[in-house]
Amino acid sequence: MKTIFTVFFKELTDNFRDRRTLMTALLLGPLFGPILFAFVINLSVSQSLSNESEALDLPVLGQENAPNLVAYLQSSNINIVEAPATRDLAIEAVTTGLHDVVIVIPETFGADLAELVPATVEVITDQANTTAERDTRRARRALQAYSRELAAMRLTIRGVSPQVMRPLNIDEVDVSTPSGRSAILLGMLSYFFIFALLTGGMNLAIDATAGERERGSLEPLLCLPVKRDHLIFGKIMAACLFMAISLSLSLTCFYFALKFMPLQELGMTPNFTPLAVVIAFLFLLPFALVGAALMTMVASFTKSFKEAQTWVSVVLIAPTMPILVVSILMVRPSTALMFIPSLSQHLLLVGLIKNEPINALHVAVSIGGTLLIGAALTWICARLYRREGLLG
Amino acid sequence: MINVTDLHKSFGDVQAVRGISFAAADGRITGLLGPNGAGKSTILRILYTVLKPDSGSAKIDGLDVVDDALGARRKIGTLPHGSGLYPHLTARENIAYYAKLYDMSPGIIDERVQTVIDQLDINEFADRRTKGFSQGQRTKVSLARSLVHEPQNILLDEPSNGLDVMATRSLRELIRQLKAAGKCVLFSSHVMQEVAALCDEIVIIAEGQVAMHDTPDGIRNATGCDDLEDAFVKAIERVEPAA
Repeated sequence: MKTIFTVFFKELTDNFRDRRTLMTALLLGPLFGPILFAFVINLSVSQSLSNESEALDLPVLGQENAPNLVAYLQSSNINIVEAPATRDLAIEAVTTGLHDVVIVIPETFGADLAELVPATVEVITDQANTTAERDTRRARRALQAYSRELAAMRLTIRGVSPQVMRPLNIDEVDVSTPSGRSAILLGMLSYFFIFALLTGGMNLAIDATAGERERGSLEPLLCLPVKRDHLIFGKIMAACLFMAISLSLSLTCFYFALKFMPLQELGMTPNFTPLAVVIAFLFLLPFALVGAALMTMVASFTKSFKEAQTWVSVVLIAPTMPILVVSILMVRPSTALMFIPSLSQHLLLVGLIKNEPINALHVAVSIGGTLLIGAALTWICARLYRREGLLG
Repeated sequence: MINVTDLHKSFGDVQAVRGISFAAADGRITGLLGPNGAGKSTILRILYTVLKPDSGSAKIDGLDVVDDALGARRKIGTLPHGSGLYPHLTARENIAYYAKLYDMSPGIIDERVQTVIDQLDINEFADRRTKGFSQGQRTKVSLARSLVHEPQNILLDEPSNGLDVMATRSLRELIRQLKAAGKCVLFSSHVMQEVAALCDEIVIIAEGQVAMHDTPDGIRNATGCDDLEDAFVKAIERVEPAA
């Protein structure tokens, strides 16, 4: 035991003085998630809801042909602006991106309406332009509403109730809660946390074998009258501590970053209170052992620090696989799934953010199963550390 | 006291060590001399228990390096080839780390660390981080680290590699001091002059076998060469190449 702690404290001193470790563990890992997340959220906010309440500037060509339609559009929060002088110019303006959408009302519009022939209104837009899509949809919706209103009036005049045009009344009941809707986007949070966790221990895990070997400090270390198991346990413990620090920093960063994200406007209220942050930390922490042991294991097969970094980066991606599969298949959490590290942490975290009641059995299986797998991997590391080939 | 009996070790098809036997006594300096690739490092690695022999045995103060590896490791201080330090720790911290791993009682660690720092004359840079140390400084700190627990047997793998004249001299002086203190010193080298200047006994290794084992004078007599270097060349020519 004493040996384990000697190694543990030496690794802490050593790594707290190492700028490379500190950069990745305490800066890169924790900040990468929040920054990327804030970026994505802000982007999607500006995409999906930007200015639904603001007036839409809509160029209309041939306003004089349909004064009633223009008045209707104006009443539905649309600013009619001056359009290019001809239809060809309008098409060119949309092609070049000068306007996102232009409405063209032909001269025959009034006559067609009077004769009860479907009157053509052109919506000129570029389908390939995704930013134009929102404005186009709004313009089309307003035109359709006007069309429905005219139809209803025509029926009423002929003594038919407009209700006959609506045989079905489709009523959608959305049971998702604001917290639940958050889960879709916040689902990727769990990966950021696992990423932060892993990067925190990456340099230590590599250092335990590849780093020591490259420096030439491994051989004298192995000549000491200590059990190799104790050396590797001390090193993995130190890696776990760094991972815990990195994780807690990451969670704290997120807690504050979320305050500055316009999530409510997206209809999301994630459950990310200080208590939830603490619980999330406890849910995720067992994965540190799996990660540390896995990275140490991978690094022990490599020849140099650089080579180890390459392979260990693969380990950084591995935990996404189960998360990805489950997200696509939309699997509900089950006790069996809780045995899979990274996936169980992800499912617990999503449940927590959705503010669902915590399933004690799931939590127990997740923590117990992950620790068990972590212990098994640590044991394999210890076996690898006993190999003669370790010296390379 | 180190006893090696009929040691064999292969790596795949390569027979690195083919039936080596010799003894290194307390109070004497024994040199393992041989060309590059002769198997010197492999023998030393077996002695400090990081490699296991395929057959044969090696004992350190009577403790078998396979059956009682931990016990044997307690009896030795080692300077493996290209011995490295922890760059973010100071020289003193590097030495103290080993002292702790040797399970020395906390009360005496500081004192013992200071003693080896004095012994190796490294006070000047003892409290600097070892990043950027010269090869000479690094070797001295590595040596101090391996002597901190006062081992009876000292195994040095090409200790003078990369050292300048002054550093080599002080290394020789240290090795003589260890001999005077009754320690068993075993070191490997491919430099004839170094072995000639220091050793009481020379074990010439070639192709994984002992080509000759004698005092420097004994080797001169046996080969009929006055010059030790000629004697060395003659001795290794006697060994058949490995199959």
